[in-house]
Amino acid sequence: MADNDSRRRLRRNLLTAMGGVLLGGCDALSRSEWFPKILRAGEVLSRRVQHAVTPRKSMAQEFTERDLSPTFRSNGTANPEDAAYQAFAQDRFSGWQLQVDGLVEQPMGFSLQQLRAMRSRVQITRHDCVEGWSAIGKWKGVPLADVLSLVRPTSAARFVVFHCADPMDLAGTKYYESIDMEDAYHPQTILAYELNDSTLPIGNGAPLRVRIERQLGYKMAKYIMRLQLVDSFAAIGRGRGGYWEDQGYEWYAGI
Amino acid sequence: MLDAEPEAIPKPEPAPRGYLYYRHALIVRITHWINAIALAILLMSGLQIFNAHPSLSWGKSSYSNRAPIFETGAATTADGRTIGTTRIFNYTFDTTGVLGLSRDGGRQVAKGFPSWITIPSFQWLAMARRWHFFFAWLLVINGCVYLTFSFCSRHVARDLLPTRLDWRSIGRSILDHVRFRHPGGAAAARYNVLQKLTYLAVIFVLLPLMVLTGWAMSPRLDSMPSGWVDLIGGRQAARTLHFVVAWTLVLFVLIHVFEVLISGLWNNLRSMITGRYEIAPEPSSREPM
Repeated sequence: MADNDSRRRLRRNLLTAMGGVLLGGCDALSRSEWFPKILRAGEVLSRRVQHAVTPRKSMAQEFTERDLSPTFRSNGTANPEDAAYQAFAQDRFSGWQLQVDGLVEQPMGFSLQQLRAMRSRVQITRHDCVEGWSAIGKWKGVPLADVLSLVRPTSAARFVVFHCADPMDLAGTKYYESIDMEDAYHPQTILAYELNDSTLPIGNGAPLRVRIERQLGYKMAKYIMRLQLVDSFAAIGRGRGGYWEDQGYEWYAGI
Repeated sequence: MLDAEPEAIPKPEPAPRGYLYYRHALIVRITHWINAIALAILLMSGLQIFNAHPSLSWGKSSYSNRAPIFETGAATTADGRTIGTTRIFNYTFDTTGVLGLSRDGGRQVAKGFPSWITIPSFQWLAMARRWHFFFAWLLVINGCVYLTFSFCSRHVARDLLPTRLDWRSIGRSILDHVRFRHPGGAAAARYNVLQKLTYLAVIFVLLPLMVLTGWAMSPRLDSMPSGWVDLIGGRQAARTLHFVVAWTLVLFVLIHVFEVLISGLWNNLRSMITGRYEIAPEPSSREPM
C-alpha cells in the first residue's frame, strides 16, 4: 500500500518535473535572442502569402447600421496625459493642426475645419484588436490618399508615419505607427473625425484617428498630430515602425 | 490385437508466434509526430492568446447586445475572498486554481487558463502569436505533405475509407469499444470502422475547420472575398469555433492515447516509429469475421 503510494507520488513528481522542464524550456526559448527570430519566419510567411493571395485593393467587409456595436470600446489610452494635448482639447481642437511633412514636395498643415471640408468617406467596419475582441463602428473621415495628393509624396517615400499625442510610459514615449504606401492609398484608409455620427470622442482618438481596415487595431493610431513620409522608419523610436512593434508585436498586422 | 504402429507421439507444436507487419509508411510516421508536436504547441500558445481576452461570443463582433457565451474572470466573494469564475451560457462556476484565478510564481494571478498549460507560461501575447503562427504554418505544410502522399499512395482509399463490410460491422465495433475489446489476429492489421471514421473526421473536418476559423480571424483574409466570414457565423463566432474545435481535437487525442494504451502500448508505439506492427497469432478477444 505504502509502496504503491510512494510509487504514485514518484510518478506524479516525475510528470510534474517533466512538464516543468518542457514549459521552462519554452519560456527559455521565448526569452532567448535566437529562437524568436526563427519563429518570426511564420509571420514573414503570413505577410508574403497574404499579399500574394489578396489583391492590393481588396475591400474590408462593410456592415449595416444594424450590426453597430452599442458602444465602441475605448482601448489603450483613454485620455492622453499631455499638457499640449489637453490645451487643444480645452478649446475643442480649434487650435489643433495636422502637420504633414517629410518626403513630400509641399509640407502642409490642416486644421480640423479644413479636413472636414474635404471629400469624405463613411464606412461601417469591424475593428479587430490583437487581444481577440472586435467592435463594429461607423466612421467618417477624409481619405488619406486625398491628403497625400495635396502634399505630393516624393518617389522616395515608402511609409507614412503617424505621430500621436498620447504618452505611453513614464519616460513620455509617444505612440506612433507606420504603414506602407499600399495601405496609405487604399480607398478605406481614412483619417476619421466622426464615430457613429458624432464628433470622434477623446476615448476613441479625438480629434483624428486613422482607419486601416485590413489590419489589427494597434495599427490605427489615435490622437494623430503629425504625418511624416519616410523611406525608412529605422531611426524612429526603437526602429520597428511603431510603439507596439517596439514591444515585440509585428509591423504587419493583417493576421 | 492387431499390431499397430505405435502412435506417433505428437510433437509439441511450435509455440505460436506473431509476425511483424509493415503498417505505417515513413511519411505517415514523420507527419504523425510533427503533427503531434505542432498541435501541442498550437493548443498551448493558443490558450495564451485566449488569455488576452478570455471571453467567447457568437456573431459578427464582440459587442452586439448579446452576452458572451463563455467567459472566465476573477470575482470577490461576500467574505472578501478572490475566486476564479467561469461562466458558460447562464451558469457560473467557481473554478479557482484552474480558470480565472490560478497560481503563477507562488501567488494567485487573475488569468484565463493557468500557466502550466500556456506558452509562454506568463502573460506575453506577442510571443504567443509568434509561436502560434510558426507552428500553424508547420501544421499546414505538414498536412499538405501528408494529404499529397495519402492520396497518391491510395492510403486514404485503402486504409481510411470504410468498406461495405465495415459499415455492416459498425454496431459490433461500437460494442467492442465500450467493452474495451480489440480485435486480434489478421483483423488487427486493419483499422476498425470507428477508427477509420474518427481519423477521417479529424483529417477532413476538424483540422481544416481549425485552419478555416483561424483564417477567419485575419482582417486581411476577411477581405477576400469580403463578407465570407459571415458564412461561418461572423468573426467572433469563428473565434469561438476555433476554441471549441481545438478542445474537440484535445478530446480526440485523449481517446486516441487511451486506445493506444489499452491495445498494446509498445506495439502501437513501435509501429508509429519503425513502421512494424506485430500481429498476434490468434485473435485475442474475438474471432475474425
